[in-house]
Amino acid sequence: MGLTAKSTGSGVLSSDIRVEKGSPDDKVIVIAGNPNVGKSTVFNGLTGLHQHTGNWPGKTVSIAQGTCKGREFSYVLVDVPGTYSLLAHSVEEEVARNFICFGSPDAAVVVCDATCLERSLNLALQVMEICPKTLICVNLLDEAKRKNIHIDLGKLEKCLGVPVVGTSAHKKSSLKKITDKLDELCGGKITPEPRRLHYIKPIEQAVSIVEPVLKKHLGNVISARWLALRIIDNDSSLAEESERFFGKNPNDIAEVSEAVERAKSLLAENDITSDCLKDRIVSCILLNAEEVCGECECCEGCQNAFSRADRILTSRFLGYPIMLLMLLMIFWITIVGANYPSELLSTALFWLGDRLGELMTLLNAPEWLNGLLVDGAYRVLAWVVAVMLPPMAIFFPLFTLLEDLGYLPRVAYNLDKPFCKCKACGKQSLTMCMGFGCNAAGIVGCRIIDSRRERLIAMLTNVFVPCNGRFPMILTIISLFFVGGAIGFAGSLLSAAALTGVIILGIAMTFLVSKILSATILRGEPSSFTLELPPFRKPQFGKILVRSLLDRTIFVLGRAAAVAAPAGLAIWLLANVTIGDTTLLNCITGFLDPFGRFIGMDGVIVTAFLLGLPANEIVIPLIVMTYMQQGSLAEIAPAQMLELFTANGWTPVTAICVIIFTLMHFPCSTSLLTIKKEAGGWKWAALAFVIPTVCGIIICAVIANAARLFC
Amino acid sequence: MNETKRLCDIEVGENAVVERLTIHGSMRRRMLDIGLCDGTVVECVGRSPMGDPSAYLIRGAVIAIRDCDSRGVIVRGI
Repeated sequence: MGLTAKSTGSGVLSSDIRVEKGSPDDKVIVIAGNPNVGKSTVFNGLTGLHQHTGNWPGKTVSIAQGTCKGREFSYVLVDVPGTYSLLAHSVEEEVARNFICFGSPDAAVVVCDATCLERSLNLALQVMEICPKTLICVNLLDEAKRKNIHIDLGKLEKCLGVPVVGTSAHKKSSLKKITDKLDELCGGKITPEPRRLHYIKPIEQAVSIVEPVLKKHLGNVISARWLALRIIDNDSSLAEESERFFGKNPNDIAEVSEAVERAKSLLAENDITSDCLKDRIVSCILLNAEEVCGECECCEGCQNAFSRADRILTSRFLGYPIMLLMLLMIFWITIVGANYPSELLSTALFWLGDRLGELMTLLNAPEWLNGLLVDGAYRVLAWVVAVMLPPMAIFFPLFTLLEDLGYLPRVAYNLDKPFCKCKACGKQSLTMCMGFGCNAAGIVGCRIIDSRRERLIAMLTNVFVPCNGRFPMILTIISLFFVGGAIGFAGSLLSAAALTGVIILGIAMTFLVSKILSATILRGEPSSFTLELPPFRKPQFGKILVRSLLDRTIFVLGRAAAVAAPAGLAIWLLANVTIGDTTLLNCITGFLDPFGRFIGMDGVIVTAFLLGLPANEIVIPLIVMTYMQQGSLAEIAPAQMLELFTANGWTPVTAICVIIFTLMHFPCSTSLLTIKKEAGGWKWAALAFVIPTVCGIIICAVIANAARLFC
Repeated sequence: MNETKRLCDIEVGENAVVERLTIHGSMRRRMLDIGLCDGTVVECVGRSPMGDPSAYLIRGAVIAIRDCDSRGVIVRGI
């Protein structure tokens, strides 16, 4: 996926809300909206940032901020996760609501979907209730036009009492209208008179009992009317949040709780129980949205519906085969496409390495410095760039295309039943897809799952999807050992099939481990599941290609330089520091060797996996480096690598074990930290470390020992 | 007047109006969130390969709901 340095790596760890203003006069604007209405696109268009966008609900899982300039003011834009309402249930809805309520924004922009206006208005009306300075941005007007939906923006503005602008977020020029209106709104040129939501009489009476009491005690900081209704509605999480904000829990104020009791008994007299109250509130808002929509929208064509493509992609007989073919095709294109640049890069970089070596000799640099920098740091770096970068740079734009198109929610829809059988959530397949890009990003993505139990399952099993650091590694070993003979079309297809097989094994393990987890430490029943299937959208080809290629290259290069070079240094040092008559490296690998042999590998490979904890990309280069300390190789072409591995005792069984262990071992340090943060405790990080490692060790041991028995 | 039935029992292509919700707690809120309340028109637009969940057209959006959840939504056919 089009991961950026921000969305992966340690960047995913910071998600606390802290608005950074450039100057005190900057206006803070919160951008809210339903999931998948192009909120991130609007945000990116305004700020020029590259927040990742995709066509599935729940893409923005944490809060992003950026700045933009209007004619009069400078703005700090805060992009909160997409939500359907503010009567928060899931983590992301709570994040959004808390910021709108307690983040003291100067104004709010609600991005609405023109093709589905009524539902967007449901949220807009709720935001307007809290924050009167609201700007409605009706997005996707072009898409609506194609569907013959016409929206009278002027009438909408009158109905809602707040400014309305229409945009097509992909067209940057249309976004200028937003900043223009914001200027007027913040400069006081427009005084919004937001449409007041009228509830049924008993509710209005109940609110009027609590509202003045709240105003008296808390001041006019946030809409007392809105807060009163929430407190009457027993919204405990909001009460906690307001305690943090006001310094006291409204329920703890005697006068307030007394008023709330009176309001509740009034409601009870009118046959409105607490369960029923929520219904009444919601249906009231929905009716309002329906009414507004009826006045302003004229729809000649059909609305979003299940297209014919949908019927095929989710059909009984073709649904699963198409998913499999899709995966196979992506891998095949990746393999074929990566071959040539990989070869070219490897030749060029190793040629450069030789020249660097010569330069060192010319400069009379000491032997150890040459070894340290050229043989150590440079070689590992070059390897990562030549072998890992090309497949990543091809795989991710392809995957992003599928994502932009809107295929991923269909995958989640198709796979929900098996996940449900494992007592997990179908949205787990979305987080798995994110895991292909980066497990840490996938783990953060688990926030889209509402139930904590299911979220933990998804986090702990995310590592069974090989991330970008591991999948080129699996690919390398497959092409060295299993398709080495076959070249051309057949060879690449065979590699793709083998890789698909490995992925399927990973998916099978995900199901198995999810099932085991929900029968043991995370026992429970599957919770409810609702998932929106957005209409397919035409992907923005050019933008995706450029962005994901650039981001990917920069990200991989940065990470390689940060991790691969020091690791190369470390290996070189270990191999050159001697204790008695053996090197330190030999000591370590020798110590791990018996265990390595037991699980079908050797001490060197296990050492490399351990040293690869900060970044899995460097495992193979480390193996190669370590072997090379014993022999000597000038260049690492595939044939020579195979020779090197075979000379060090690798058999196809070793290769299989390495592939399986690559798929199933401890996640990288960033992922572990992310789990600790997201799950709230080292306990979960430790579990995330142990579970896949134990799985990998067991499977490898079984394979290795079975092979020994039969061969 | 048409008979009432559960939302999970309507056929693909069939339209219905929501009569009442019999579920409680968080699922009830979630249903209300996606716009399912008394009087909402729903159409079943498809089923996933294994027959569950199904996709419904609700207020202009296609939303997948599991049978065990849509069982708690009582509808009347149109």
